[in-house]
Amino acid sequence: MKGRGLHIYALVYLVFLYAPIVLLPLFAFNDGTTIAFPLQGFTLDWFRALVTTPALHEATLNSLIIAISTAVLSTCLGLFAARAATRYRFPAKPVIVGFIMLPLVLPEIIVAISLLVVMLQLGLSLSIWTIIAGHTLICVPFAIAILQGSFSNMDRSLEEASVDLGETPLTTFRLVTLPLVMPGIIASLLICFTISLDEFIIAFFLSGNEPTLPVYLWGQLRFPARLPVIMALGTILVGLSVGLLITAEFFRRRGLRRAGLPDSGGFL
Amino acid sequence: MKDKTPPRPIITLEGVHKYYGDYHALRGIDAEIGEGEFFSLLGPSGCGKTTLLRAIAGFEDISSGRILLDGTDMEGVPPNRRPTNMVFQSYAIFPHLSVAENVGFGLRKAGMGNAEKARAVGEALEMVGLGGYGDRAAHALSGGQRQRVALARALILKPKVLLLDEPLSALDKKMREQMQSELRRLQRQVGITFILVTHDQEEALIMSDRIAVMFEGEIAQLAPPQELYRRPASRRVGEFIGMMNFLPATIMSEASGKLQVEVPGLGKAELERAQCPGPANPGPGEIGLRPESLTVLFDGQDAERVAPGKVEEVTYYGDMTYYDVRLEGAPNNVTVSMRNMPGRPVLARGEATKLAWDARAMVLFG
Repeated sequence: MKGRGLHIYALVYLVFLYAPIVLLPLFAFNDGTTIAFPLQGFTLDWFRALVTTPALHEATLNSLIIAISTAVLSTCLGLFAARAATRYRFPAKPVIVGFIMLPLVLPEIIVAISLLVVMLQLGLSLSIWTIIAGHTLICVPFAIAILQGSFSNMDRSLEEASVDLGETPLTTFRLVTLPLVMPGIIASLLICFTISLDEFIIAFFLSGNEPTLPVYLWGQLRFPARLPVIMALGTILVGLSVGLLITAEFFRRRGLRRAGLPDSGGFL
Repeated sequence: MKDKTPPRPIITLEGVHKYYGDYHALRGIDAEIGEGEFFSLLGPSGCGKTTLLRAIAGFEDISSGRILLDGTDMEGVPPNRRPTNMVFQSYAIFPHLSVAENVGFGLRKAGMGNAEKARAVGEALEMVGLGGYGDRAAHALSGGQRQRVALARALILKPKVLLLDEPLSALDKKMREQMQSELRRLQRQVGITFILVTHDQEEALIMSDRIAVMFEGEIAQLAPPQELYRRPASRRVGEFIGMMNFLPATIMSEASGKLQVEVPGLGKAELERAQCPGPANPGPGEIGLRPESLTVLFDGQDAERVAPGKVEEVTYYGDMTYYDVRLEGAPNNVTVSMRNMPGRPVLARGEATKLAWDARAMVLFG
C-alpha cells in the first residue's frame, strides 16, 4: 500500500508540473478567443498573427541578440573561472569562487533592483546592453558549474603530455584542452542561451524601451483578445527550450563517452 | 668495489635543490646518469623522487643547482624543447584521439610526410606489441595496452632520456611482472636511457642497472642492485631494500683493516673495514644480516660459527619457510629464511635450534 501511495504522489506531481504546459499547444490551435473548454476547433490563425506583429519581431530579435551575447560572454568568463578554479591554487580561492557562484541563490528581484539602481547612478541608459550585463551575471555561475565538471573530468597530465611531446602551451590548448572541454562549452552555451531567452525579472527592470520576448509577452497579457496568440508563441518557446536542453545534454553525454568516463549527474 | 659508472653521462645533476614555499623537497641532489643506463629513483612516497623526475622533464623549476642534459644546461628550457619524453603514471592517453593519432602526436612538427608518419607509427606500435591496433579508440584500451601506447608515443620521438613515473603501479600483479621484463627488453633494444620512478624496491632491483635510494629529498645511496642489497649504506636503506635483521653489537677494536665486533647472541666476529659504511669508532653499534645469510642447522649438521636459539614463529610460504628465532643472549628475534627441499623438515614453534652464521654477510652500522 505504501508503494501505491508514492505512485499516486508521483503522478499528481507530474500532472501539476506539466498540465499547464500541455494546455499551451491545446489553446494555441483552438479556434476561439477565450481560454476555456470546450475546444472550438482547429486553427492556425494565432500562429499567423505572430507573423504579422512587428513589435513581436522586434522583441524576438532583441531576445536573440541578448541570449546569444549572454551565452558567449558567460561561457568565456566561465571558461576562465573554471580553469582557474580546477587547475591553480591561489589565496582565498573558496571565497572568490563562492562569491562568483552566489547569484545562483540570490533572489533575482534583488539583483534586478540593485542593478537598476547602479546603472541609473552610473548614468547608463537602459538598453539591450544593460540586459546582457544582468543576464551574464546570473548565467556565469551556470557556465562555471558545467565547465568545472569538464575540467575536473580531464586528467591534468594530458596537457603535460602534450607539452612533453613538443607542443607549446598554446597549441596544447587547441589540440588537447579545447577538444576535451568542447562538449562542456557547447552545453554551457546552450544552457546560458536558454536561461537568458526566458528570463523575465532582470529583463523587465533593465529593458528600457527595448523589450525582450518575455517582457513583450507580459505586456500583451493586458489584452484578453491577444491571449491565444501568446499561447501560440508559448508553444514555440517551450518547443525551442526543450530542444535546446536535449541538445545540451546530448553534447554533455557525448563528451563523457569520448573521455570514457562514467555519467555522474547533469541536468537531464 | 667494481665501478659501474658508465663512460658518458647523459644527465648530470649538480646540487639540485627544490623548495615549495618552506618545504624543502630536494636537498642537494648530485648524480650522473649514463647513456643507455636503466636508472631507478626509489623511495617512499614524499621522498622527492617524482619531483626530481619532473624537474628533469622540465615540469618543475629547480630552486638552485644545475641539470645538464647531454652536456647542456636545462635552465629555462621548457619541457617541449627538452630531449626527454615521459610516460605518465596515468599514462595520459588522449581520449579524443585514436591509438595511431596518440602515438603520432609528437610527430606533428617533425616535418614528415603522411606515409612516412604512418610507417613510423606502425613500427612504434609493432615494437610495443600493439601492431594493428592503430585504428582503435584510445578509451577502449585496457590498462596494459594504455601503458604500451604511452611507451610507443614517447619512444617514437627517439628521446635521449625516457622518464617513467611509476608506470606499473596501476597494473595488477601479473601484468606488472610481465611489463617489468618487457620494459627491460625494450630498453636494451632501443638503447635509450630510462629513468624509472618507483616505490617498489623489488621492481627497482629487478629492472635497474643502478638505483638511487631517496629519503626526504636526499639520495641515501646510489649503487647497482647487488651492492645496494649486500652493502646498504645505512640502516634505513637496509630496512627499505628487502628484509634485514638488526642486532646490537659492540665494536671492540680496529686494526689493519679488520674490525673486531662482539654481537650478543652470535659471539665475536671479525669484519672487513669495507663492511662498515660509516665511521667505525669503538663502542656500541649495530650489525645487519639478511634472512638468507643465517642458516638453520638440522640434526647432525654443523658449521664453523653456530649460535643456539629457540623458534618463536614459523611462516610457511611453500617454497620457503621463514623462522623467527630468539638467539640465546640476544635482545631481539632474528628472521631466518630457509628453502624447503626434499628431506628437509619444517621446524615447529617452540623447538630449540641452532643457527649457522657467517661474518662475511654482515654489515656494521657504527
